[in-house]
Amino acid sequence: MLFKRNPNGIDLPFPSEITPREIYEGRRKFIAQVAATAAVGSSLWELANREAFAQNAPAQKLAAARNAGLSTLEKQTSFEDATHYNNFYEFGTDKSDPAQNAHTLRTRPWTVRIEGEVKKPLTLDIDQLTKLAPLEERIYRLRCVEGWSMVIPWVGYSLANLIRQVEPTGNAKYVEFTTLADRRQMPGVGSRVLEWPYVEGLRMDEAMHPLTLLTVGMYGQVLPNQNGAPVRVVVPWKYGFKSAKSIVRIRFTDRQPRTAWNGIAPEEYGFYSNVNPNVDHPRWSQASERRIGEGGFFAPKRKTLMFNGYDQVASLYSGMDLKKYF
Amino acid sequence: MTKNAPPARPTASPSPKQLAAIKSLLFVLALLPFARIVWLIVQQVPVEPVEFVTHGTGDWALYLLCATLAITPLRRFTGWNWLIRLRRMLGLYVFFYALMHFLTFLWADHNFDVGAMWKDVLKRPFITVGFIAFVLLLPLAATSTNAMIKRLGRRWAQLHRLIYLIAPLAILHYWWMKAGKHNFEQPIVWGTVVAVLLGLRVYWRWSRTRSPVTPRSVS
Repeated sequence: MLFKRNPNGIDLPFPSEITPREIYEGRRKFIAQVAATAAVGSSLWELANREAFAQNAPAQKLAAARNAGLSTLEKQTSFEDATHYNNFYEFGTDKSDPAQNAHTLRTRPWTVRIEGEVKKPLTLDIDQLTKLAPLEERIYRLRCVEGWSMVIPWVGYSLANLIRQVEPTGNAKYVEFTTLADRRQMPGVGSRVLEWPYVEGLRMDEAMHPLTLLTVGMYGQVLPNQNGAPVRVVVPWKYGFKSAKSIVRIRFTDRQPRTAWNGIAPEEYGFYSNVNPNVDHPRWSQASERRIGEGGFFAPKRKTLMFNGYDQVASLYSGMDLKKYF
Repeated sequence: MTKNAPPARPTASPSPKQLAAIKSLLFVLALLPFARIVWLIVQQVPVEPVEFVTHGTGDWALYLLCATLAITPLRRFTGWNWLIRLRRMLGLYVFFYALMHFLTFLWADHNFDVGAMWKDVLKRPFITVGFIAFVLLLPLAATSTNAMIKRLGRRWAQLHRLIYLIAPLAILHYWWMKAGKHNFEQPIVWGTVVAVLLGLRVYWRWSRTRSPVTPRSVS
C-alpha cells in the first residue's frame, strides 16, 4: 500500500485509509479477475470494473423524518440533475466528471477523526457517525458561487450534536473540515487547480448553528459518491464550496483555517462566503441565479436572497461589514 | 499555360469541382458543432443550458479562429496554395460562433437589456476584452465580400491584420475567465497554439527583412 505524508507530517495513513483484510483480499481477487478478463477484451474489462464497483456501493435507503420547520417547500431538483452536475474537483473539473469518475471512491470502511481543541477527541467509523443522532430530512436551497442553484433533500443531523460530544475547549474558535485526498481513488487529486487535501472551515458559532447539517444522505438514500459520500457538511446560507465533502477529519482550532478556495484566490472567494446578492464575485454578479431544471435556456433568472433566504443566521454577523468579510 | 500541371509542383491543386466539394464539406463540418448545441438544447440534455451554450459557442469561435490562422502556415509548409480558398469561410464561421456567443450573453445573461450588458462589459475586464475582440470582428465580417476586397485594395489586407490583435484578446478573455476557477489547462493549450501561429508570422517577417541584408554584410 502507498501511504502519503499527511498534513501533520506524520507518516501514518488516516484511519480511513487503512484497508481492512476482507477488502484488500477482495481487491486482489478482483485484480486477478480483471487480468483474466483483460485478455478477452476491453469491453468486458469495463463491464467487470463497473460491476465490481457497483457491488461496493449499492444505493442504500436511509430512513429519516422530515424536519418541516427547516425545510423549504420549493420544487426539488431532480435526483438526476443533482447527481450529474457537480463540482467535486477531486474527480475532475467538469461538472459531469464527478458522476463519471466517482465510482472509484471507497466509502467503506470509512472513519472520521475529530480532534484538535477538544476534551474528548474521537475517531468514529461511518456507521457510528450515522447513528450518533436521529437522522432528519431537510430540504435546503443550495446556491453555488458560480450563479446556479438547486433544492436538495438532505439526510443528516445538526453538526452541533457531534460537536457537543467531543466537548470543545475554550480555545476552539474555528472548525476545519478535511476532505479525503487519495490519488488512487480520486483522479483529480494532483491537478494544480487546488491544493490538496481540500480544506474548508467555519467559525465555531456557524458550525454550532442548527442549520449546519452533518450529512450522510440525500433523496432518502445514502450519499452518492459524487455528492460527497459517505459524509459531508451542508451549510445552506453559504456558497456551495464551503460545504466540504467526503470528510476524513474534523479539527477544532484557535485560528481561522487556510481554506481551499480562499487560500488560492482570496480576492475571489472569502472565508465567510455567505450568499450575498450585494457582493459581486469579481467576474460575475451574485444578484441573481439560475435554478437548475427550471425552464431551460429561456427561463428568467431568480433573484438571489441574502443568506440564501436563511435569515435566521443574520444575528451571527451583526455588526460585521459583510462587504469586507465577504 | 499548359493544360497539365507542371511536374515540378509538389502537389496538384484540386479542380474547381473538387474545390467546390471541399468547400461544401467544410461548410457542413463547421456547422456541426452548432447543430449539436441546438440539438442538445432542444432535447433538454444539458443540466445548465445557458452555461452549455455560452461555453460551446465560445470554444468553437476560438477553435475556428486557430484554424483560420493556420491556413497561411499550412500553405507555406505544404505548398497547397488552394487552402487560401477556404480561409474566408473559416473566418466567417469564427464571426458566426462569436456572434452566437455574444447573443447568448446578451440574451440569457441580460435578457436584451443593453444598459445592464454595458455595465457588465465595463465592470469586468474579462468581458471587456471579449467584447472588444467581438467588436473588432465586425469590420472583418463586413468586408469579406469580393466587392469589398476590390474596393479596399491594399487597405483590405491592412484591415484584416486586426485578426492578429483579436486572437490574443480572445485568449486573454478565456484566460481571465478561467482564472476565476484557477483552471488554466485549456487557456494554456490554446494560448500556445495562437502564440505559435502568430510567432511563425513574426519569424517569417523577421527573416524576410533580414535576408537581403545578410548577403551584403557577408560580401
